[in-house]
Amino acid sequence: MNLSAYAWPVAVGVMIFITFNALIIASAILVLAERKIMGFIQQRYGPYLVGPWGLMQPFADILKLLFKEELRPKGADKWLFTLAPVLAIVTAFVAFATVPFGAETTLFGLLDRPIKLGVTDVNVGVLVVFAVTSMGVYGIVLAGWSSNSKYALFGGLRASAQMISYELAYATSLAAVILLAGSLSLREVVDSQAGTWLGFIPKWYLWFQPLGFIIYVIAGVAETNRAPFDFPEAEQELVAGFNTEYSSVRFAMFPQAEYINMVTMSAVATDLYLGGWHTPFIPDSIGWVGFLLKVGFILFVYIWMRWTVPRYRYDQLMTFGWKWLFPAAVINLIATAALVLYFNA
Amino acid sequence: MIPLSHYLVLSAILFSIGTAGVFMRRNLITILLSIEIMLNAVNLTFVAFGRAAGDLDGQIITFFVMTVAAAEAAVGLALVIALFRHKESLNPDAFTTLKW
Amino acid sequence: MPETIIFYLLAALAVGASALVIGQRNPMYSVMLLIASFGALSGLYIQLDAPFVAVAQIIIYAGAIMVLFLFVVMLLNAPREDGAEWDRTHPLRQPGITRWGTLLAGLLIVQLALALGKMTDLNAPVATKSDATTVSSVTELGRSLFTRHTFAFEATSILILVAMVGAALMARREGEQ
Repeated sequence: MNLSAYAWPVAVGVMIFITFNALIIASAILVLAERKIMGFIQQRYGPYLVGPWGLMQPFADILKLLFKEELRPKGADKWLFTLAPVLAIVTAFVAFATVPFGAETTLFGLLDRPIKLGVTDVNVGVLVVFAVTSMGVYGIVLAGWSSNSKYALFGGLRASAQMISYELAYATSLAAVILLAGSLSLREVVDSQAGTWLGFIPKWYLWFQPLGFIIYVIAGVAETNRAPFDFPEAEQELVAGFNTEYSSVRFAMFPQAEYINMVTMSAVATDLYLGGWHTPFIPDSIGWVGFLLKVGFILFVYIWMRWTVPRYRYDQLMTFGWKWLFPAAVINLIATAALVLYFNA
Repeated sequence: MIPLSHYLVLSAILFSIGTAGVFMRRNLITILLSIEIMLNAVNLTFVAFGRAAGDLDGQIITFFVMTVAAAEAAVGLALVIALFRHKESLNPDAFTTLKW
Repeated sequence: MPETIIFYLLAALAVGASALVIGQRNPMYSVMLLIASFGALSGLYIQLDAPFVAVAQIIIYAGAIMVLFLFVVMLLNAPREDGAEWDRTHPLRQPGITRWGTLLAGLLIVQLALALGKMTDLNAPVATKSDATTVSSVTELGRSLFTRHTFAFEATSILILVAMVGAALMARREGEQ
């Protein structure tokens, strides 16, 4: 029996298993982290009753949501009402497929051939992430439409209009990094940031693209409908949002999709600007630890931003996206292109 | 290995479905959707032939087709909106004012 | 062998979804089914060693054009096509020329498919492994696009600008400044 013919599918299967579970655990940790950090920012303890330091809080939340009644409003479209959360969660998971999170490793000598940490790597990896996140718009817009409710419809339309507007600045800032790296594959972008100057300053694209990094993070925050750009969701606190008619499991999919999108945005930002798993004093074989630390830091900044900064009104949000962020991204791209041409001439 | 003729037959079937949609449907938006099906079938033919010739030109033409399809969809839908505002109907048979 | 299975699956999905698109009465369902068809076509492009075209298909078609269609359908609250009207205007139910013309068209399509299937000089496998890397290389694509096809590229950008201005102008309400 030739086992080595099965080596590749098994390796990919193991990577898929690890990534899938890591994303689910990350969203559970984020549920707790958000409430704890929110608490500390507001000078109070976050949840602390359930388990030591409130560590079992996510399980309590999930159990509560699972036991709620599963409703569907009478006029709601039968197929689309259930399809919307499915689309949201599936695109959230699939977006992580081409994001690498570690260098080649032989798992401490267990394998005879090293495998690369990451589900897969295609030569258009960056675009795959972008394509799948742009499909995430459908989850929200269908949720708003199929609920057969005025407020849900407006919330859904506004949220999706916001997402597609900020996709422009997102893609343009990506394009500037791709110019520097010379490849669309995320693994190659990370590997072109390997090494250090003077032994301790890492060659990250953050130093080359400071404006691009800021634009990317802001566009990422707006894409995931978070922090100062969550007017369509905050309407929920006042009137209603796109997921007002949802309950129980179908509802739980939406915030989980949002958290997983946050993780994906942070992971892609780390890969593009912060060198991925290349950190000055951490060897590449355990580089994934450095990767996790950087992603964790960006997620902390996400949560910090949400509870510190007041939210934009919807028209201010759209003006900012179209009239400030997108021109800034275009100028960044042109300047990067000019500098690349000049220094490589 | 998949022969080239398979791709061409698939593309022909898709194109016919699109054409049938344009003729049969009485809803302006669905007519536009059928046009998009036809454009996609053409894209598939281009890429298949390009691959068979070992050339990149098939893929390049695909960009231009996609771009033109996007522009046409935008303008077509703007027209549909303008027409709907006028007559509250999406049936092409309702717009017969210019008929003799 | 798995390649052939994947091809037939994707082809069946594309044809099935497209046939349902033109058969659905609810325009929302038509749009979602067309997105599924585009996804299947994207898979077919990947099989043809064109990953960039596949991703561009998802980004442009499924991610942008279809969102536009969806917004318009929702904005107009496009009514479901009336069942009685559908039965009344269906071409196979019209007397005389329309009915027989439709059947003849169907016959011609079947003939076309059979004729294409019989062309033996097209029976060579479409993908040869030797030049798979050059054909799927994005660098080569970009190089060719910006050197040999510069004029078409620039003309297309002007086309998009014109379309954008035109669409914004036409969808505006009367009497607005």
